[in-house]
Amino acid sequence: MADSSILRGGVTLAAIAAICTALVAFTYQLTDERIAANEQAWLEQSLQPALAGLFFDSGVSESVVTIPAPHELPGSEDAIIYRVYSGESPVAALFVVSARDGYAGAIKMLVGVGIDGTVTGVHILAHRETPGLGDRIESSKSDWVKHFDGRSLTNPDAEGWKIRRDGGEFDQLTGASVTPRAVVKAVKETLQYFDANADNIFAAPADQADEVEE
Amino acid sequence: MTGPAIVDRFKTGLWYENPGLVQLLGLCPLLAVTSTFVNGLGLGVATLSVLVVSNALVSATRRFLRSEIRIPIYVLIIASLVTCTELVFKAWFPELDRALGIFIPLIVTNCAIVARAELFASRNPIGSSIVDGLVMGTGFAVLLMAIGAFRELVATAWLLAILPPGAFFSLALAIAAKNVIDRRREDQRANTRSPRPQSLKRQVR
Repeated sequence: MADSSILRGGVTLAAIAAICTALVAFTYQLTDERIAANEQAWLEQSLQPALAGLFFDSGVSESVVTIPAPHELPGSEDAIIYRVYSGESPVAALFVVSARDGYAGAIKMLVGVGIDGTVTGVHILAHRETPGLGDRIESSKSDWVKHFDGRSLTNPDAEGWKIRRDGGEFDQLTGASVTPRAVVKAVKETLQYFDANADNIFAAPADQADEVEE
Repeated sequence: MTGPAIVDRFKTGLWYENPGLVQLLGLCPLLAVTSTFVNGLGLGVATLSVLVVSNALVSATRRFLRSEIRIPIYVLIIASLVTCTELVFKAWFPELDRALGIFIPLIVTNCAIVARAELFASRNPIGSSIVDGLVMGTGFAVLLMAIGAFRELVATAWLLAILPPGAFFSLALAIAAKNVIDRRREDQRANTRSPRPQSLKRQVR
């Protein structure tokens, strides 16, 4: 009978799908904590280089503020801000944000902003862009992200905060304009957020001790 | 499976039916990640483990496999295993995961895996399917490591080797080398059996 054969096929498929889902869920449970810890370690490793040339004497990851989503920073997850001080005075803020309009999912990145509103460094933390094209945003593949260093909302002006193809000042990567466009936009939005909220950022109380491990 | 039979299977996987050199399967990851030995090793081991487990699972479920639903089942099994492998890499080998990037999830597109599921695991008992996954995966991994090591070594003298075209040249050299060795062996065998004039030599396929 055609009907019973379809039914049997469907049931088999459903059963195997359930087993596979259980397998993935189990592995996720098993690896979840380690993956989170690895990502945190990778993030903390990247903090220092994103503060090029600044003097500070606080621990880089000491003073953390989490801005719960939704917020005006790029990205739909909670944004994390690391505040850096020299003595009592704020020196810079490091933003963990994500550009949502990349070619393949969110591009998670770290944007360092000095107290004067200039970019102190941009570092790409995680992405799924095309190998050989969009992945040149990574500092290990090309020095494209270095172009942000020292930039601010007035250098270039609002019109210039685009890739060349859109009439702005930032290089696109040949064959992959979607990726750099997303990154440029996210850096610009981060600077705008900093510009509007700098006082609040440094005035906000730090997160509780579970974030501050060192 | 007896000992000699397993040795024989290994010869098949590593040499006579090497997935990369002879079947020419899974060339996309092979060409893309073999810029260093370590990358080759990482992707090789990841592919090997997916292949072994997928062969085992496909073989274990082979009595339920009917022709209409077998492909979706392969896809389900392979995709889940690749996802698990990606999570394991992220948890225990984060540096390697960052170096290999998207190529770990892309193991799902390696047709060597679905080929072994269809050609071998769906028709054979679980034990020999695991052995098959092991030998074919090893053949693929060894080739990845060899090409990775070759490109890394040669790159100091010949920069092109590390660039994308170098992958094509290196693979071509590896296939050519295998054919030369096979032909030599065939010649020797023909000569020792009956020393005949050169013209009667059999050509390699």
